[in-house]
Amino acid sequence: MPILAFLRRHVWYIAFSIVILSAPLFTGNIYYLSILAFMATRLMIVLGLNLLMGQAGQISLGHAAFAGIGAYGSAIMTTRWSMDPWLAMLLSAVLAAAVAGLIGVPTLKLKGHYLAMATLGFGEIVYILLVQLKWLTNGTDGIGGIPSLTIGSIDFGNAQMFHWLVWGVALLMLRISLNLVDSRVGRSLRGLHRAEIAAMSLGVNTSFRKVQVLMVSAVFASIAGSFYVHYVHYVSPVSYTIIFSVILVTTVVIGGLGNVWGAVWGSALMILLPEYLKRYNQDYTQLVFGVMLILTMIFLPGGLVSFRTLVAKVRERFRGSRAGPVTGPEPRGGS
Amino acid sequence: MTFDQFLQYVFSGVTTGSIYALTALGFTLIYNATDVINFAQGEFVMLGGLTAVSLHDAGAPLVLAALGAVAIVAVVGVVFQLLAIRPLHSAGILAQIIVTVGASLALRTAAMIIWGRESLPLPPFTGDTPIKVSEATILPQTLWVLGLTLVIVVALQVFYRRTLTGKAVRACSVNAGAARLMGISYSKVVLLSFGMSAAISAAGGVMITPVSFMGYSYGAILGLKGFAAAILGGLGNPAGAVFGGLTLGILETLTIGALPMSGASGYKDAVAFLILLIVLFVKPQGLFGGRSVEKV
Amino acid sequence: MALLRVESVSKHFGGLEALKDVSFSLHEGQVKALIGPNGAGKTTLFNLISGIDRPTSGHVFFRDKDLGRLSPHVASRLGVGRTFQHSKVFDDMSVLDNVKVGRYARGHAGIFSAFLTMPRHRREETAVADASLRTLRRVGLGDRAHESAGNLPVGDRHLLEIARSLASEPTILLLDEPAAGLNNEETAQLAEIVRRVRDDGVTILLVEHDMGFVMDISDEVVVLDYGKKIAEGPPLMIRNDPEVIKAYLGEDL
Ligand SMILES: Nc1ncnc2c1ncn2[C@@H]1O[C@H](COP(=O)(O)OP(=O)(O)OP(=O)(O)O)[C@@H](O)[C@H]1O
Ligand SMILES: [Mg+2]
Repeated sequence: MPILAFLRRHVWYIAFSIVILSAPLFTGNIYYLSILAFMATRLMIVLGLNLLMGQAGQISLGHAAFAGIGAYGSAIMTTRWSMDPWLAMLLSAVLAAAVAGLIGVPTLKLKGHYLAMATLGFGEIVYILLVQLKWLTNGTDGIGGIPSLTIGSIDFGNAQMFHWLVWGVALLMLRISLNLVDSRVGRSLRGLHRAEIAAMSLGVNTSFRKVQVLMVSAVFASIAGSFYVHYVHYVSPVSYTIIFSVILVTTVVIGGLGNVWGAVWGSALMILLPEYLKRYNQDYTQLVFGVMLILTMIFLPGGLVSFRTLVAKVRERFRGSRAGPVTGPEPRGGS
Repeated sequence: MTFDQFLQYVFSGVTTGSIYALTALGFTLIYNATDVINFAQGEFVMLGGLTAVSLHDAGAPLVLAALGAVAIVAVVGVVFQLLAIRPLHSAGILAQIIVTVGASLALRTAAMIIWGRESLPLPPFTGDTPIKVSEATILPQTLWVLGLTLVIVVALQVFYRRTLTGKAVRACSVNAGAARLMGISYSKVVLLSFGMSAAISAAGGVMITPVSFMGYSYGAILGLKGFAAAILGGLGNPAGAVFGGLTLGILETLTIGALPMSGASGYKDAVAFLILLIVLFVKPQGLFGGRSVEKV
Repeated sequence: MALLRVESVSKHFGGLEALKDVSFSLHEGQVKALIGPNGAGKTTLFNLISGIDRPTSGHVFFRDKDLGRLSPHVASRLGVGRTFQHSKVFDDMSVLDNVKVGRYARGHAGIFSAFLTMPRHRREETAVADASLRTLRRVGLGDRAHESAGNLPVGDRHLLEIARSLASEPTILLLDEPAAGLNNEETAQLAEIVRRVRDDGVTILLVEHDMGFVMDISDEVVVLDYGKKIAEGPPLMIRNDPEVIKAYLGEDL
């Protein structure tokens, strides 16, 4: 029964898709729907960064830049040059990929701290350009009046329609990310993460693969940026600072490196938590994020997706006996 | 650009360059002792400046405010090591990066909550009557920055080469295992390095606040530039760090000065990061070698 | 014609001459051993042959290709496989996935066909899984396929590295101290596996300190000392060569 086998293999993905896509049937509340929409765009960026960091083991502290390229690309091309939003989205993504390719070739030769600093520097340069190229970006005032997306007579300015559109795309990205993990390319990325020289000696062109996955993640981020500005109709540079890059890395790490589903849980937490904290004092949000990053690395280095292991460990310790083995290997990225 | 303009740019470059140098020195101390690159280094600079502002506002004389700020930030550095770095054990570079980045975010936000969003001033150490050199002018604070930076660098050298503790620190950075065998407490050396690193960076923050004010968000940029300076001089090399900082400061102001367009100063930071990227791509071991980038 | 020719290769690290004018060649189907005291330059030579490092002077020809100018992944695709002295198993990946990475060079699926899991991609995946499992069985690790590679004992890690490399179907296999850390029984097992691999037509160059093992399985031995080749010949001759004995003074040959 191939159908049954297919359903079993993808049960989590299908269940998640059904739940998330049916949300607008239960609520028309714009506030809730926009939180979900932001979660979708965040998920797109984090999925790409998760592939880059979790699979290929390459950190990027400048990923806000790629989202910024998508956001500003769409904003500029649609408002100033009256370009079709879909075409603008496509061209922005191509631009993001090109920039990622150009910057990736020299940057991804670096390792560890050097790579982190280089990407941080890259992100900061893009941010400075967004602020300083006033003739193009309108500086810190930002660009308003960005049109909604439409297809024929369907207007995605409508919150429910936009929900289906943006989550449709996010789910597609989730699917192809999951597919990548369980493939020749995905394995080669994990291999070069563990032992780059060994992967090279097995025929993996590691520099190419690293740049390629950076380009893919740049495209994911760019598309997310485009969707975002077509939803909020406004863009300004403050959304694309180092801090946003750091928050993106936080999301990947807290969700769980090396597990694609971690991107989902991380994005959910990192979108919902500030909404919750806002009720008390918004200022504390980033303080909480920073402390969470530290605590995660110390106590839950596998991220949220490894919570089961932590619980098992703690329980074992409390029992004081080796009653049974700790839960086996983590759920794999695949399925 | 005339010679006097050139001189003016050099003066201003040397001033900010000294702060980059002290930040770079901060990176170097921690890196040599532990191989950790502390992404929160810039926050120590920021905390130094803002703490001094508060102490001074509370009525402390400037000297006491400055020394107090340095001491308080040194304690922050030690606590940071104990709470965030030590529990990592040897969890790998990615974990270190993430933890120090997290600390940076936390410290910066805490500073925003404590001091607000405005940039805060501190009076110059000794008045603000400019001194004329040729047609260029130099602020007394610039002389303070240069002089104190020199004092700190010399004091650090004396500490490393002449005192027993300093020699122990150096032994650890060369070979932690062997140092441990000789009965040197590695964990104490690491704590000391974090404390001194934070103190030196904080001193930079205190000195620069009278020139350019200090705000909660300045740390990230200062940290990045300090790192760029450290790379430029060869990571792990203290003399290189100082040289790198001064060079970066001067290059930055000169490039901006040489650019013909108006509003070029907005690109000042971009120049520094461009230099960082170029050095990383072309000669990651820096101008003076330093320790090797990658051990195969 | 020789399959692999090392032609007056020298390698300097700063002032240190790790290899000095070393030449020898390897014929198809041969098992050749490369021996020498610690620091003699054996691993350095492996790195040159597998494209990880460049010779300071001289050439390494594989058939008519100059390996000294190629990247490791190109060398691998030409048919040079290797294992590492300091284990480079992909820990916390499954044993099977390790071998599947070894199969990389024989596959074609790119990133887009992975994204879309096209039928062709799925067929390739099945083939890769089958071939990898077969390779694992060749080295006797068939029943550990789904364990995490990080949990394997030392001996099995060596075997896994061999299997991983074999999965790429190399023409020549470089083994860097495969018997290090193995007990006698495991060493005998390893010798058996190496012989079988040789019988399957793979040419083998191996570095090993275990002289019993070396003498047992190699057709010829090359001896390096301080980066210089001091002897070459069949095992029996090497065992009695006065210069070799001098180089190994105090060690059991
Ligand atoms: N990347 C490098 N940089 C500097 N020196 C190196 C490098 N690689 C190897 N060497 C030096 O070259 C010499 C040869 O080293 P190599 O690893 O080839 O020896 P080996 O014969 O494999 O020894 P062993 O039996 O201990 O594995 C040694 O002195 C080593 O220190
Ligand atoms: Mg060796």
